[in-house]
Amino acid sequence: MTTKLLTALLLGTSILGSAGVAYADDVTLNIESWRGDDLAIWKDKLIPAFEAKNPGIKVVFAPSAPTEYDAALGAKLAAGSAGDLITCRPFDKSLELFKKGNLADISTLPGMENFSDVAKAAWQTDDGKASFCVPMASVIHGFIYNKDAFDKLGIKVPTTNEEFYAALDKIKADGTYIPMAMGTKDLWEAATMGYQNIGPNYWKGEEGRLALIKGEQKLTDPDWVEPYKELAKWKPYLGDGFEAQTYPDSQNLFTLGRAAIYPAGSWEIGLFNTQAQFKMGAFPPPVQKAGDTCYISDHTDIGMGLNAASKNADAAKTFLSWVASPDFATIYANALPGFFSLNNTPVKMEDPLAQEFVSWRGKCKSTIRSTYQILSRGTPNLENETWVESANVINGTDTPEAAAKKLQDGLDSWYKPAK
Amino acid sequence: MAAAPKRPFRWHIGVFLAPAVLVYTAIMILPLAGTLQLSLFRNINQSQVFVGLENFRMLFGDPNWSVNFWNALRNNVWFFIIHMLVQNPIGVLLAAPLSSPRLRFSAFYRTAIFVPTILSFVIVGFAWKLILSPLWGVAPHMLDLVGLKSLFTPWLGKEQYALTALSLISVWQFVGIPMMLIYAALLSIPDEVIEAAECDGITGMAQFWKIKLPLILPSIGIISILTFVGNFNAFDLIYTAQGALAGPNYSTDILGTFLYRAFFGFQLQVGDPNMGAAIATMMFLIILGGVCVYLFLVQTRLRRYQF
Repeated sequence: MTTKLLTALLLGTSILGSAGVAYADDVTLNIESWRGDDLAIWKDKLIPAFEAKNPGIKVVFAPSAPTEYDAALGAKLAAGSAGDLITCRPFDKSLELFKKGNLADISTLPGMENFSDVAKAAWQTDDGKASFCVPMASVIHGFIYNKDAFDKLGIKVPTTNEEFYAALDKIKADGTYIPMAMGTKDLWEAATMGYQNIGPNYWKGEEGRLALIKGEQKLTDPDWVEPYKELAKWKPYLGDGFEAQTYPDSQNLFTLGRAAIYPAGSWEIGLFNTQAQFKMGAFPPPVQKAGDTCYISDHTDIGMGLNAASKNADAAKTFLSWVASPDFATIYANALPGFFSLNNTPVKMEDPLAQEFVSWRGKCKSTIRSTYQILSRGTPNLENETWVESANVINGTDTPEAAAKKLQDGLDSWYKPAK
Repeated sequence: MAAAPKRPFRWHIGVFLAPAVLVYTAIMILPLAGTLQLSLFRNINQSQVFVGLENFRMLFGDPNWSVNFWNALRNNVWFFIIHMLVQNPIGVLLAAPLSSPRLRFSAFYRTAIFVPTILSFVIVGFAWKLILSPLWGVAPHMLDLVGLKSLFTPWLGKEQYALTALSLISVWQFVGIPMMLIYAALLSIPDEVIEAAECDGITGMAQFWKIKLPLILPSIGIISILTFVGNFNAFDLIYTAQGALAGPNYSTDILGTFLYRAFFGFQLQVGDPNMGAAIATMMFLIILGGVCVYLFLVQTRLRRYQF
């Protein structure tokens, strides 16, 4: 079976690899990415804009499926057939590639000065000395709601937990809509749209996240168990058979107008705008008591780096500098509403829903997902276990305390925080 | 005394064997040896270091690995048991009437039952996910039509049902193979034997149990071993239907998906080819052990009938 998989991967790479041979005169850059959804935007907007300014450089965007990206990229890099430009996952996945020498050091690349340290943190060595990817975008978590449904039922946008559950109860009592569109089949919905979405309000964003890394807090502390207790309360508000409801099912439930609230990441905006026939709004994760500081997950999600083995390194650097420019940020943020630029230059966005999401940056404190930096380096993998346990908590398989204990035990087995 | 005439060296045997041996060595034996070798090394500071059986000690000694391994093995055994108890008896039951000369349209039935076997796993996984979907699936709707809606649960999402449901999907897909093999075995039973049985007054069901079944036992043995090898190498269906984390709560995790996560990594988990190779080696040994048990204990005791 291993051989079968490997053969498939190798075959795949040989086809993709030969795609670049077509133009012999110009330099052709291949971009590796997991964002197949963005193919049209790259082809119609970004690449033409770049090629117009840089004659002689051709760019090909060659995405693979998100779940296969990391494995496929690893195999291609090992075989030497990977593209010149590599779309970077945040933190350890890319750091690993950098340490292996697959990604080039681009700390001195013109354009890197356009980004804050926080933005660059996801693609730096632990000591912050070397950067290896240009930050492209972050995604913000929150809840997208069906405005028509809220108006019809006379529900105000909830800001506190109490209002949030009152709204859910009201929707459930009315019965027209499923209160919340979320399933646990794909596991990550429960963790990413659930735990990481509402969690920062409880562990106080960066404060809790960094304390966890330093070992001053534990996942079994009340601040970290509390979000699980909230998740457990969501169960009655989910649709029938949510245990077998997949991520696309949830998206469809909401865009077909059958569900009122969708625990979301801002990346949904583009798709929802084209599919939903009703007005949408968004609200940040509700706080515990009125007047509490709000925290949002503003997760650095996507960057782009240079394949150290690239034969067209100069052309690739030109491209990366352009990716770091405000020009790129403006096109990208508007073509992909919901992927927010990390560039220091503010980007003007047209989409109202995207504007709503990005406005929370002003009034709430930003943090990134708690499991991404350092804590998912060992076995068992904290992020993957968080997926499983978050789904277990919602399914009722594990109590919040039991789930937190399992996660902390797993983490303790390999992670020794620096004292 | 003259020496016995020396037999000429029969070089053509080597020549004719060479292509098969070379191809088989290159694409089967070398990768297998490579896997075994990889499992004895570990990546320390970006270089492969020989660590002996350390990876296996970790696989069985470290609860972070062993719990998952035993869970995957247990699930795999259950996956196999369902196939043996459901797929193969159904295969026999389907083949018996098919081989009857009085059945009309038997070619049509044969083809229809065999078709799912040639479908891609991706299609089967996706189609069944849709059929069983609590939101848009036809399963809840059809149960509703016969008034049994209350029996419906989101099977693929429930820890206690998911693995059995997936096993049955796999049975649905592969039932054609035992059916075809047994069908062929039944056809090869000579008419004289059947006629002799009829003269002795053995007809109908008794004829099947007393005459035909013993004659097709070797085929059933072969089918069992094929099922065993296929099940312990399975991966595709679970991966397409449940994803690499084989949810809910690892309840559908089998050795194949466990190997995939270890070898290639998943999401933030970075792949560890050495541990992956250790798991692959265990899979190889389990399958080898099963096949040996069959060959030495079962195969030799099966009676062969010469006609």
